[in-house]
Amino acid sequence: MSLTILITVISLSLLALISSVILYFVARKFKIFEDPRIDEVQEVLPAANCGGCGFAGCRNFAEALVKAETFEGLNCPVGGAEVMGKAAKILGREAPVVDPLVAVLLCNGSPEFRPRTSLYNGVNDCRIAHSLYIGETDCSYGCLSRGDCVRACNFEAMYMNPETGLPVIIDEKCVSCGACVKACPRNLIELRKKAKKDRKIYVACSNCDKGGPAKRACKVACIACTKCVKVCEFNAITIENNLAYIDAFKCTFCRKCATECPTCSILELNFPPRKTKPETQEETIMV
Amino acid sequence: MKTFPVGGVHPPENKLTAGIAIQYLPLPLTVAIPVSQHIGTPANVIINKGDSVKTGQVIAENKGFVSANIHSSVSGKVNRIDTVIDSTGFKQNAVFIDVEGDEWVSTIDRSSEIITDIKLSSDEITKKCLESGIVGLGGATFPSHVKLTVPAGKKCDILIINGVECEPYLTSDHRLMLERGEEILIGTSILMKALKVTRAMIGIENNKQDAISHMTKLASAFQGISVHALKVKYPQGAEKQLIKALINREVPSGRLPLDVNTVVHNVGTAFAVYEAVQKNKPLFERVVTITGKQVSKPGNYFVRTGTPVSKLIEAAGGLPDNTGKIISGGPMMGKSLSNIEVPVVKGTSGIILFPKNESERMESRPCIRCAKCVSACALNLEPYLLMSLSEKDMFERAERERITDCMECGSCSFACPAGRPLLDYIRLGKSTVIKMARERLVKK
Repeated sequence: MSLTILITVISLSLLALISSVILYFVARKFKIFEDPRIDEVQEVLPAANCGGCGFAGCRNFAEALVKAETFEGLNCPVGGAEVMGKAAKILGREAPVVDPLVAVLLCNGSPEFRPRTSLYNGVNDCRIAHSLYIGETDCSYGCLSRGDCVRACNFEAMYMNPETGLPVIIDEKCVSCGACVKACPRNLIELRKKAKKDRKIYVACSNCDKGGPAKRACKVACIACTKCVKVCEFNAITIENNLAYIDAFKCTFCRKCATECPTCSILELNFPPRKTKPETQEETIMV
Repeated sequence: MKTFPVGGVHPPENKLTAGIAIQYLPLPLTVAIPVSQHIGTPANVIINKGDSVKTGQVIAENKGFVSANIHSSVSGKVNRIDTVIDSTGFKQNAVFIDVEGDEWVSTIDRSSEIITDIKLSSDEITKKCLESGIVGLGGATFPSHVKLTVPAGKKCDILIINGVECEPYLTSDHRLMLERGEEILIGTSILMKALKVTRAMIGIENNKQDAISHMTKLASAFQGISVHALKVKYPQGAEKQLIKALINREVPSGRLPLDVNTVVHNVGTAFAVYEAVQKNKPLFERVVTITGKQVSKPGNYFVRTGTPVSKLIEAAGGLPDNTGKIISGGPMMGKSLSNIEVPVVKGTSGIILFPKNESERMESRPCIRCAKCVSACALNLEPYLLMSLSEKDMFERAERERITDCMECGSCSFACPAGRPLLDYIRLGKSTVIKMARERLVKK
C-alpha cells in the first residue's frame, strides 16, 4: 500500500520536474517582449474602436503611438487634444495641436427646394439606390435620403429629419471619426474644421452640373457663378467642376459670400443674427 | 422537350400582344439619341449643333474595339448635344434632333424585295456590322462585330439563334419571326458565313407554336439551319442556358460561349444583320412591344431610336390612370423608368405599364432558409448567402462564392416567399467585387 503511494508521488514529481524544465525552455525560446507602455496608452484611449484614427482599433492605435517617433499624422479624433496629451505624457513626447473637425452634409436639397420627380420603391439602402439610378430628384449628386450615414454612426450623432429627408449632424456628439464619410456613396459628408461656438460656413451642395441643369434640379444648388470667389478677400473660395468650395482653414467667417450667393447655397450656421442697418424711412409722397 | 437542367422559374406569361401585327410608329417631333446604346465605350459625336442630318447618317463614331456606331434615326437639324436621363436611370450625352421630314441616306435600299444572295465575304460582313452599329438586340446590346471576330486559337462550329423570348409580356421577337421570318433566316445565313460555320440552330420556346411551325417551314429551304422547340422556362433566353438546352455544352464560370465553340445571336440581331448587309440599312429602328394589363391599345411597333417613350405610350392609348410603374425591357430583368421622356434605344425590347397594385414590392421579411432561391438559380449559386454577404460588406467572401457569375435574371427574387430583395443586394455585391478586381489589376 505504502509502496503504491510512494511510486505515485515519485512518478508525479518526476513528471512535474520534466514538464517544468520543458516549459522553462519553451517560455524562454518563444518569449514575446511587449512594451508595457502599450497597455498604459490603451488605458487612456476612449476604447470606442471606431477606426477614426485610421487604425483597426484602439489597441492597434496604441501600438502605433508607442512605435512612432513623433505624433505627426497620428490623432485620435474622438479623444481630441486631451487624450493625445495624456498619451504624449506617458510616452514622453509632444502632441502636435490638431484642429478638431466636425462632419457637415454638403447638400441642402429638401423637397421644398429639390422637387421629387420619381418614387423610389426599392431597398432602404443608399448604396443600392445610388447604383440603380440618379435618385428621386433630378439631381444626380444630392442626398438619397436612405440613411446609410445614420446607420454607420456609432456615436448617435446623426438622425434623419423626416421633413427635409436629410440627415442632421449633432455637433456636440460628432467625434469626426469619418464613418459616415465612408458610408455615403455620393461623398456628401465632409469633415471640416470645427470653429468657435460651432460656427459653420460652407457650400451645402455637391452638384457638378452646369448652372442651368443644377438650378432646374434644385433651387439651392451651386451654379458656379463665381460671385463668392470675387467677394472673398482671403482667397478661401475656389471653383472646380462647376462647384464652389470654401477652405475652412482660410475662411475668417466674414460671411460676405453667404450674402452674395444668388441661390443661397452657402449656409451659415450658429451665427448671431445679422445687424440690420436702420432702415431710412421712406416717405411716400401722395400726389 | 429540351431545356436547361438546373434552376429556372415559370412566371405568368401574359403575352398579350402575341397576335398583334407590327406597326410603324409615326415619327416624333424631336428625338434624343444617346451616344451609348451598347456595352463598351460610348461613341464619339462627330456632328455639331445646327448640322442637317439624314436618316441613317452616322452621328457618332465607335471608339475602340468594343463600341458601336450611332446613326441618326430621323432627318432634320441637330438642336443640341446635351445630357438626357436614359433607360438605365443615369444621365448620358445625347444628340437632340428636330425632325424635318424623313429623308434617308441614298445608299439605303428601301424596297421591300427580299435579297437572298449573299455577295459579301466573311470579313466584309463583320466590317458591315461594325459600320452599321449592330449590337445584340436581345437586351444586352453587346456589339455584334466583336462576337463575329473569332480570336486566333478559338473556333466556332455552330451558331445558335435565340428566338426564346423567355421574358413575360414581350412579343417583339415573336412577331418578328412571324412577319420577317425569311429575312431572319437570310440574316442567319449571313452570320453563318461570317463565322464560317455550316450549322445553325434556332431555339424557340414552346409557347410560340405558330412561330415554330412558320420558321420550320421556311428553314427547310435553307441549308444547315434547323428550328428547335424548347420547354417554357425562364431564363432560357440567357446565353449559357440556351447553349446548355440546345447542344448540351456547359460554358465554364467566367468564360464565353466561344470557349465551347459556339456563338449566340438574337433573332432581332439576325434581322438587323440582314438589313445591314443586304439592304445597307444601319441599325436605327427596332421592334418594341408596348403592353400592360390596363393598356387600351397594346401592340408591337417599329420604333426609331431616340423616340421618347411617351410617344409610344400615346400610340398605345395613353397612360392608364392607375399606372404604378413603367418598365423598360421585360418584367424580370427590365428597369423601372424615372420619367416618360426617356428615349427608346437599341436595347429597348419593350415598355410595360404596371398598375399600382402589381408594382408595389412585398414587405421584406426574415429569411426562412427554404432554399427556394437556391433551386431557382440557373447558375448553381446560393442567392440567400450572396445577399447577406453583400449586406454585411463581406465582399471577399462573396467573390469566393462566385458572385460575379450572377447574370441578374431575378429568378431568386421572384421565387422568394419572404419577399427579400435578393437581387438588389447581389447586384450591389457584384458591382463592388468587379470594382475590387479591377483595382487589384491596376495595382499589379
